[in-house]
Amino acid sequence: MVDLIIDDKDVTVEVDTTILEAARSAGIDIPTLCYHERLSPIGSCRMCVVEIEGFPHPMTACTTPVTEGIKVTTNSERLVRMRKETLKLILVNHPLDCPVCDKGGECTLQDLVHDFELDSGGYQIEKVDWEPVYSTPLIRYWPDRCIMCLRCVTACREIKGLGAIDIGGSGFGARIAVVDKDKCESCGECINVCPTGALTENLSQLKGRPWMVERVMTTCTYCGCGCQLEINILDGKIIGITTKDDVGINKGSLCVKGRFGYEFIESEERLTRPLIKKDGKFHEASWNEALNLVAENFNTIKASHGADAIAGLSSARCTNEENYLMQKFMRAVIGTNNIDHCARL
Amino acid sequence: MAGLATAFGSGAMTNPINDVFKSEAILVTGSNTTENHPIFANYIKEAIFRKGAKLIVVDPRKIDLVDYASIWLRPKPGTDVVWINGLMHIIIKEGLHAKEYIEERTEGFEELKACVEKYTPEYVSGLTGIPISDLMNAAIAFGKAEPASIMYAMGITQHITGTDNVKSLANLAMLCGNIGVEGGGVNPLRGQNNVQGACDLGALPNVLTGYQQVTDDEVRKRFERSWEVEHLPEAPGITVTEMFNAAEEGKVKAMYIMGENPMLSDPDLNHIEKCINSLEFLVVQDIFLTETAKHADVVFPGVSFAEKEGTFTNSERKVQRVRKAIQLEGEAREDYWIISELSKRMGFQMDYDGPGEIMEEICKVTPSYRGITYERIEKEGIPWPCPDESHPGTPVLHVGQFARGKGQFSAIDYKEPAELPDDEYPFLLSTGRVLEHFHTGTMTREGRGLNMLYPELLAEINQEDASNLGIGNGDVVHVASRRGDIEVKTTISERPDKGVIFVPFHFKESPVNVLTINAIDPIAKIPEYKVCAVRVEKVV
Repeated sequence: MVDLIIDDKDVTVEVDTTILEAARSAGIDIPTLCYHERLSPIGSCRMCVVEIEGFPHPMTACTTPVTEGIKVTTNSERLVRMRKETLKLILVNHPLDCPVCDKGGECTLQDLVHDFELDSGGYQIEKVDWEPVYSTPLIRYWPDRCIMCLRCVTACREIKGLGAIDIGGSGFGARIAVVDKDKCESCGECINVCPTGALTENLSQLKGRPWMVERVMTTCTYCGCGCQLEINILDGKIIGITTKDDVGINKGSLCVKGRFGYEFIESEERLTRPLIKKDGKFHEASWNEALNLVAENFNTIKASHGADAIAGLSSARCTNEENYLMQKFMRAVIGTNNIDHCARL
Repeated sequence: MAGLATAFGSGAMTNPINDVFKSEAILVTGSNTTENHPIFANYIKEAIFRKGAKLIVVDPRKIDLVDYASIWLRPKPGTDVVWINGLMHIIIKEGLHAKEYIEERTEGFEELKACVEKYTPEYVSGLTGIPISDLMNAAIAFGKAEPASIMYAMGITQHITGTDNVKSLANLAMLCGNIGVEGGGVNPLRGQNNVQGACDLGALPNVLTGYQQVTDDEVRKRFERSWEVEHLPEAPGITVTEMFNAAEEGKVKAMYIMGENPMLSDPDLNHIEKCINSLEFLVVQDIFLTETAKHADVVFPGVSFAEKEGTFTNSERKVQRVRKAIQLEGEAREDYWIISELSKRMGFQMDYDGPGEIMEEICKVTPSYRGITYERIEKEGIPWPCPDESHPGTPVLHVGQFARGKGQFSAIDYKEPAELPDDEYPFLLSTGRVLEHFHTGTMTREGRGLNMLYPELLAEINQEDASNLGIGNGDVVHVASRRGDIEVKTTISERPDKGVIFVPFHFKESPVNVLTINAIDPIAKIPEYKVCAVRVEKVV
């Protein structure tokens, strides 16, 4: 264990802990932009600079490990000045287009600019006209909003193990570039970790401001991983899927199906009325008609051929409650154990 | 599942996925994890990068995980029992097996030892095509790891020897003392969101909820009291594959199919269609007019997961909440409402004021779910078994003792697949899935998003075969088996081995299950989707 002092507070943490982690464990907040709990420290944004007694220059808390006995200051006039400068330099490239940005309202950069009471006044450079590039039609990259924090690059490498994106270009011309188009799976991990609106989902026709959207946490309908995701609803329509970093086994991650496979829910092709086939053609019917017809037929077949002449298939896509009821129906109402589902397929 | 139930007394993932962070070695076989369980695959990769776990992939296809593996074994399809016995042969010869564990916790080891004696590296290499040195490396890496975890999926089970394959994996895991320990286990990755739950809740012909046998008089009596019925049937019912055969024979007259699409998912579709057409009465309950629903006499419109309350049980046995997010126009209704209404009309009252009340009933009749309430899983799911409301759930099964008492080794010999390539049908066909689509495509083929990425079916074939057939990337081939034929566009890929064609089954335009064989594992009744013989010709 290592003992150190952060803002006059005694803190004891494990060896190899970073100053940032040590501070957070003691309830001391240090502003960050590029730091993400699931990723290795990146150290690109310099927002988390802290002073360490005896060292002339501030250091980034996210990349500096604790050492025995150090005295750390996380907030001072000098640090505030430095952080403001850092933000001003970021704003050189980042337009304050928050009113039209999907992330407006839940953007780390927006929050920091607000906290540090900055306006757009600062430095000016010649405007660069960026070419829109990204490997997938489902994810939109906004190069002018990108602050080059590299969370997306790191997440693609460390969480997905893919490394489909990296830095392209250099200096002010550096932006996120696709390294290997075929490697990208459009999982949207990059969107999930982006602290600004530089990466947004490009599928939904409707856009909603975060505070106008209702988010309902549920379990994904696809594979057996059981990821937790939030369905985003605006005016009764689904406008996208989001996740929370601290909920479920997926910890914010999803695959392309989980994040983008929601369109079927509101498909025009969905069945909306019961159908009864007459002379080889389907006709819409009322629930009463359809239910009575089925009950009647099941009763007749059961009476003339026995309960085992009826078989039921339940569904691995339905809930536990529905599966329970289906097998109860087959066993208690029909009177047969002829009930199965597609586990074998 | 039957295989694991025989070996351990319970057929489910023994360990949670985040246990891979505690594994020294991870053996993945018959699972294209990155495409079919992408988030589980994230964990495997993180275990490699951050914890230094050694990944052993055993798969006839060069799947994406191979790029992350320390060792990749490429057996000929259908030879799983051979390579698993081969690994055990080496582990025993090298003295790497867990002698104390075997002594204390298992039975049947001597029979196993005698059985694997003849599976020498030379013999195994001959049958599987795996080089001897690779076999040795894999066996030693797996045998030395403390602990090692095994993950498998349909590549293991979808064979006529599926149960044998699973029992063999269970043998391998017990041999090295890996069951009942964190970071170990034998973990079947369940393909669909709620396969685990459907099994747990008794949507199976031989068991009621929580795997309580229908043949057990005590069990039936308890359910009869709880459901207030005089008599529940005691003879086990028939499985999905048997149902269709019974329909053809006229023994099954009516079917009630909820949320399933056998007209695309089941083997030998021409045969399935004939069976379905033999039915006097078919009811389909679904959210779309699927290929199966088109054959129905009555179609009930159900609702999707986003329009209902309830729970799903994931592959890790964790019961998690499903919540209603949206209400759509129209008269589609929740499945529970439809079943209840139908039940009432047949003279059996099912009055529930919602899924919550059904869950309460489930808890009463299901020991392994007893302590699981909506309130407790509001924030985070609970893995069963959870016997009471103060129980935290059970992430790792068989700790200290197997569910059946002692772990059962099974001595298993190799059997050939039902239909292997010959002169007339020289290619081996394997079916499977792709990342962008799900099962019969009823959900994923709607909308633009996923279909921009994977718009049309592509059959994978390797370069050498493509050259021999005179086909280029994107050419259409005619694929025929003894049961039917389809035309499909090809992609030349290094994934399939020479002589193998891989075709996903999501696309109704080229339904690959027209070709597959209706040969099933005698115990689990799982069809052999991974191996059948076909002919491949260029379409000119």
